[in-house]
Amino acid sequence: MKFRVFFVIAILVVGGLFWGAADAVHPFGNPGDVPMDGYFLSHAQRERGVNNVVTSIVFDYRGFDTLGEAAVLFTAVSSVAALFRGKGWR
Amino acid sequence: MRPLSVIVRTVCNAFAWFVAVFGVYVIVHGHLSPGGGFQGGAVVATFMALLLVSHGATKCLGWVRTNFFYAFEHVGLLTFIAAGFLGIGVTFFYNSLALSGGLFGSAVPLGPNGGSLNTSGTIALMNCAVGIEVVGGLSMILLYMMQGVFHVDKPTLRGKEEAGHDR
Repeated sequence: MKFRVFFVIAILVVGGLFWGAADAVHPFGNPGDVPMDGYFLSHAQRERGVNNVVTSIVFDYRGFDTLGEAAVLFTAVSSVAALFRGKGWR
Repeated sequence: MRPLSVIVRTVCNAFAWFVAVFGVYVIVHGHLSPGGGFQGGAVVATFMALLLVSHGATKCLGWVRTNFFYAFEHVGLLTFIAAGFLGIGVTFFYNSLALSGGLFGSAVPLGPNGGSLNTSGTIALMNCAVGIEVVGGLSMILLYMMQGVFHVDKPTLRGKEEAGHDR
């Protein structure tokens, strides 16, 4: 019984927090003031000479992040090779 | 794992090449259209997956060399890092080739335009490098998993045919 009361209170508190968060989100289609998006959209073609702004972010403005992704893939391949390499085919 | 029926094998034989060509298109046009190195590389790695599934692990593993894909992955990753070091005069990952007039150095007109392959500097270079790396990496994952799960002993199976097929 004590646990049931505790769960009800917990659900109410968490639900209230979620409701508040959902209520505070900006309306759909109006992202508000986002200067970074505007910078990328207006400067990518002039600075980097590229039409695809998404690619310019992924491979240029955040190139170091993509290097990390490539390293993650390399690590995954290494671990799979270490795990599945049986006694044959060294 | 035994191969699938002759219908599946024929269809996979034909369509694997189309899939590979489409993946190369996605990689090369990564700076103009949606997609890029990672996505196109995954599409090209489907080539290996189709062959492995349709022909069976035992037969297919006798056709390929893992060292080939091993070299692909290392060359791709090293080319990516080297492309990052091209602009080390300013910062790491500075796009020094863009708008320089040389390789991938054309300027693009501002606003919507048709696009040209010879733009975007090191971005196109990195797309190709990451594409090569993903092709090698995912193909190696497929080959190693097939070999490990079905306990295929590679050196003994060159040129051997399997009897019967599944489904």
